[in-house]
Amino acid sequence: MTQSRFFSSRSATRSSADSFSRGLVGYAFAAAATLTLAGLLVFFWAPQDADQGMRQKIFYLHVPLSIAALCGFIAGGVMAIQYLRTRDSSWDLRSYVAIHLSLIFGVAALITGAIWAKTAWGVWWEWKEPTLVSFLIVFLLYAVYQPMRFAIDDPERQARSAAVYAIICGAFVPLNFMAVRLATSLVHPRVLGGAGEMPAEMRVSFYTSLIGMGLLWMALWKFELTAKSVSMRLGKLRAELIS
Amino acid sequence: MNESKETPGLFAAAGAILRKDLRLELRTMETLTTAAIFTVATFVVFHFAFDRYEMSGDIAAGVFWVTVLFAAVLAINRLLSNERAQGGYEALLLAPIDRNAILFAKFAFLFVTLTLLEIFALLAFALLLLGPALSTEMLPLAPVLLLANIGIAAIGTLISALATDTNARELLVPLMSLPLLTPLLIGAARASTPLMSLVPHTEHLDRWLGLMALYDSVFALLAFAVFEYVIED
Amino acid sequence: MPQAADSTAGHLRRSGGDLAICVSGLTRHYGERAALQNVGFELPAGQTLAVFGANGAGKTTLLRVLATLLRPHEGDVHVLGQALPDDAYAVRGQIGLIGHEALVYRDLTARENLAFTARLYGEPKNRVATVVNEMLERVHLEGRADEPVRNFSKGMMQRLSAARALIPRPQLLLLDEPRANLDPGAAQLLDPFIGPAAGRTRVIVTHDIDYGLEQADVALGLRLGRVEWCRPAAQVGADEARELYR
Repeated sequence: MTQSRFFSSRSATRSSADSFSRGLVGYAFAAAATLTLAGLLVFFWAPQDADQGMRQKIFYLHVPLSIAALCGFIAGGVMAIQYLRTRDSSWDLRSYVAIHLSLIFGVAALITGAIWAKTAWGVWWEWKEPTLVSFLIVFLLYAVYQPMRFAIDDPERQARSAAVYAIICGAFVPLNFMAVRLATSLVHPRVLGGAGEMPAEMRVSFYTSLIGMGLLWMALWKFELTAKSVSMRLGKLRAELIS
Repeated sequence: MNESKETPGLFAAAGAILRKDLRLELRTMETLTTAAIFTVATFVVFHFAFDRYEMSGDIAAGVFWVTVLFAAVLAINRLLSNERAQGGYEALLLAPIDRNAILFAKFAFLFVTLTLLEIFALLAFALLLLGPALSTEMLPLAPVLLLANIGIAAIGTLISALATDTNARELLVPLMSLPLLTPLLIGAARASTPLMSLVPHTEHLDRWLGLMALYDSVFALLAFAVFEYVIED
Repeated sequence: MPQAADSTAGHLRRSGGDLAICVSGLTRHYGERAALQNVGFELPAGQTLAVFGANGAGKTTLLRVLATLLRPHEGDVHVLGQALPDDAYAVRGQIGLIGHEALVYRDLTARENLAFTARLYGEPKNRVATVVNEMLERVHLEGRADEPVRNFSKGMMQRLSAARALIPRPQLLLLDEPRANLDPGAAQLLDPFIGPAAGRTRVIVTHDIDYGLEQADVALGLRLGRVEWCRPAAQVGADEARELYR
């Protein structure tokens, strides 16, 4: 309930709650099925890594998590543009939830990334891996999104500033990757090869798990949107009842 | 009644605001003195932290740019909030000017402040810590400073506009600035490393200048596109 | 932008030039709360509107919407023939706001502050000094014109604030408690410029009921963001206005 006062209640209509929840169940089932299939492929079909063995399997979790988080951040920026264009506060809510959710995915990606670094290179953190380093910088930037938002009292202003910040950060993501890559590749060889170098079984398992993660992101996004909008509507109805 | 009057053009308005800001800064010297003192204090701290009398190469470039970056954060913190502290912010919003005039003026003001600050910081650095003496071989630092300042000024103006209406400005400005300025720091520090080595030379200079130029143009355009949304209402 | 100025004049002519402000269905939210709800009124050019209401009734919000500082969330707001918020830029030069804050820079002198305002409102460079000197004399600040305004007393600040608002020779004056910090002498001094004799359209927000009713042609009573009544000031009794504060 505390969350609800940060968003304009004008978006909390019945129809918006309905549109948020549309497809939620479908996404949830699809995510569960795809991720189960991905798990089976990863553990029983994809070949063992010659050096790292079983421990390399975390790759199938870490990389899709990172990609889902990054896509979610960018999507949050696109939704923010949509908010500034339409001034429809439901787009603000969409953008907020996308970034919030991607931040959680980002935490998971960083933790799994550290575990993977430990298994692959024997250290918890690897500065020579530009993707990981870029991801950390992006994560730090988005971690300020929520504190910034909630340091503004007026909900409309909050939505606008958050949208602008989301757009700036969205533009930052690719440029930052480029800069960090440029800074690293001059000195060190790339640690990770591209997906093209993987054997076919690995590749299929990886893409399955990536699709599963994308579906999971969508399902959780829709779930949180629905939950937020329902609780806002509830708060509004309660307020009307009291007055 | 209003026969002689037209609304001022974008650049006329920006020029008026910039002149006002420079005049205020010359009178109070608030931003420049605090940033200059901060710069020297940071060099002292770095001297003890590394226990060095002299620095060159990547360490020198790193120390110089980290110091400049933190000093820039101080300036960003004051950029628009100073307008409020002085009391005239709403008069700007009431005036019949293109709101982007505020962006241009604040961008230019920050750019000028940073340039003056860096000239001072470079002299102080050369005096206190820098190994190689200042020489004409270091002239390629000029475009590095120029491109860094354009980027910091564009991003700084946006951040100060975003943060000035929050109730946690002092905390948010550095938190937002540091990641957003990291690519610029990468470019500036890497480009400066060979220039600050014991035998100053250039290496991959074009690559780093290119990176910074790309970064600058993206964020300058972005600032232009979104600034009005940040300050409206 | 001479084009904008032309279209302003055009709009005014088309609408007959008779209504300076026309508001209907104006709503402005502040989060869950509606600071203004379905507010509507009209004000003919050259007349004075007095707005009454307890603290939190929405008086200042209304003034800030008219000043183009806040955008309306719903409803039609026309000020001097321009629709807000879309055409706010075209009307800003015609509005003078005198509020609680003087809106001047503390470390600039009175002269520098007024010169800056004049530049922002498009006064040609060669006229700035003349206009500023004239204005300084009008508000009796010529003697202290080259002191930083941080040393000014409240009354001097208020006079400077009035000078700042009058520099663009606005058609519409928005006054928020104009007499709050003025002694009677200063009030008398400013009266020719911000009083009814100036012939400007005015909106006065005040708690001072007798003063407000005496000045106004139209009176508007607000309660909790809604219009309680709106009619010619002559038909509003002081007791009725006091009722708003209970």
